[in-house]
Amino acid sequence: MTQVLSSCKDLGRRFGDLVAVDGVSLEVRAGEVVGLLGANGAGKTTLIRMLLGLLPPSSGEVLLFGAPPSRAGRRRIGYLPQGLGLYDDLTAAENLRFARAVYQARRPAAAPAGASAGPVGSLPLGLQRRVAFAQVLQHEPQLLLLDEPTSGVDPLQRARLWQAVRGAAEAGAGALITTHHMEEAESCDRLIVLARGRVVAEGSLADILGGRLALVVEVEDWPRALALLEAHGLEPALVGRALRLAEGDRREVAKALGDLPYRLRESPVTLEERFVALASAP
Amino acid sequence: MNFGAQGLTVRFGRRLALSDVDLELPPGEVRVVVGGDGAGKTTLLEVLAGARTASAGEVRRPSAERIGYLPATSGVYPDLSVAENLAFRAAAYRMPRAVFAERRAALLGAGGLLGHEGRLGGELSGGMRQKLGVICAMLAQPDLLVLDEPTTGVDPASRRDLWRLIAHAAADGAAVVVATTYLDEAERAVELVLLEAGRVLAHGAPEAVRGAMPGLLLDGGAAPPAAELERAWRRGARWRLWRPGAAKVELEGWREVAPDLEDAVTVALLARETAEGVAQ
Repeated sequence: MTQVLSSCKDLGRRFGDLVAVDGVSLEVRAGEVVGLLGANGAGKTTLIRMLLGLLPPSSGEVLLFGAPPSRAGRRRIGYLPQGLGLYDDLTAAENLRFARAVYQARRPAAAPAGASAGPVGSLPLGLQRRVAFAQVLQHEPQLLLLDEPTSGVDPLQRARLWQAVRGAAEAGAGALITTHHMEEAESCDRLIVLARGRVVAEGSLADILGGRLALVVEVEDWPRALALLEAHGLEPALVGRALRLAEGDRREVAKALGDLPYRLRESPVTLEERFVALASAP
Repeated sequence: MNFGAQGLTVRFGRRLALSDVDLELPPGEVRVVVGGDGAGKTTLLEVLAGARTASAGEVRRPSAERIGYLPATSGVYPDLSVAENLAFRAAAYRMPRAVFAERRAALLGAGGLLGHEGRLGGELSGGMRQKLGVICAMLAQPDLLVLDEPTTGVDPASRRDLWRLIAHAAADGAAVVVATTYLDEAERAVELVLLEAGRVLAHGAPEAVRGAMPGLLLDGGAAPPAAELERAWRRGARWRLWRPGAAKVELEGWREVAPDLEDAVTVALLARETAEGVAQ
């Protein structure tokens, strides 16, 4: 059995009358990359802060490396915040040296090529992100906590950043990645979907999608079809010149479109479509 | 003739921000400009919206009052309420009162902002602010709607609302151009333009961009031989390897796969990098 790095059981947190996290249980094991998906306000940040021991839970139990979260435990974590967590006025090398001292890293990480000159704040965003990755991985953390790690970069840069995450996982680290970007989520081994403070779905991408199909309406006069479908209470999305319905059945479409000529085909539901459905379910 | 640009070039001093960019923007269609940070998306959209002058090339756009523009910096006044932001926009575009009332109700409804009219722009969540920005840009039913990264940092539910608004603008006949860093949004375009360092690396319908990928794409479960590592990347737990030549060379444990848009775009970026010998 692989080692459980981070876990919680029946975890809850209230702020006054607001229930931010409501009975969440999860595990992150060595060697796996877990994606935590949630809309804004779903409880992701509150959950992460409790997993780290930075916020006491109202109920339930948290373990970090098998013990209650502590400063010593947190030192074995590599945390990449959305804002990257670099000192803009320091160079890449200075940032890395500082982080090395704080985390008592055994080996220094080299600054990425091209990142040597000038303060980090003046580098292109893609390069800043690579410095931040180097900094997070420098002390060989056993658990990575990454908050939307590759937002805003092109697919090639994203693939290279993921190479670092995958390399760490293959060397035995675990990773928990919070995101609401589907391209990032689809790169994870396992997904946990959070909505209204609860886990509403969990498993591989295929598990979450569950083989569901969306309907694609191909129709010459798509503006008219859009109006008719919406008037019928359906919520089509425009894709090219076709309309996609994540939910809804053929009969409803037929009723809405009447004698407007159209063709219907099925297409696997996307993670984003499934996510919106899960997040908006009562 | 469609709105758009031909041979568009923009220089900032010695730096070439855009180089020879062509873009067609037919009415009633959504075109997406996709690229990473610094690719030139904002410069291109500024020129299309009339907010920046090109160094060379031709731009075809309607007169200023027929353009709706959401700049990357959010087109919402933080000290004005939602209602005031809209009223200010309506006044600037001299919209008749009845038309404004009807547009306002329809767009606030489609964007899920009904009931929030009294809130200040600066107090809205990121998703709501972006929705208000798009609503302001499309309020006066522009012929050309230019949206610079409306969905960046926005959660999926707001993203769905934003794309619903974009669909309505196109359904009303506007030529729409949307900049994004997300490829799944590029898949929603009739045609996309992939920008990198100010140049067009790929353009066309998403299927055409996929189909135009040169060479072969292989999928494998472990790292490729070291000699090929620079043409390999991760897709989830799997590996992808691009071979520029069409000749099939067997590699044990690897099989050829059809590229999706993400693969095709990754290859386009990789091919450019290899061709120009950009240092890693």
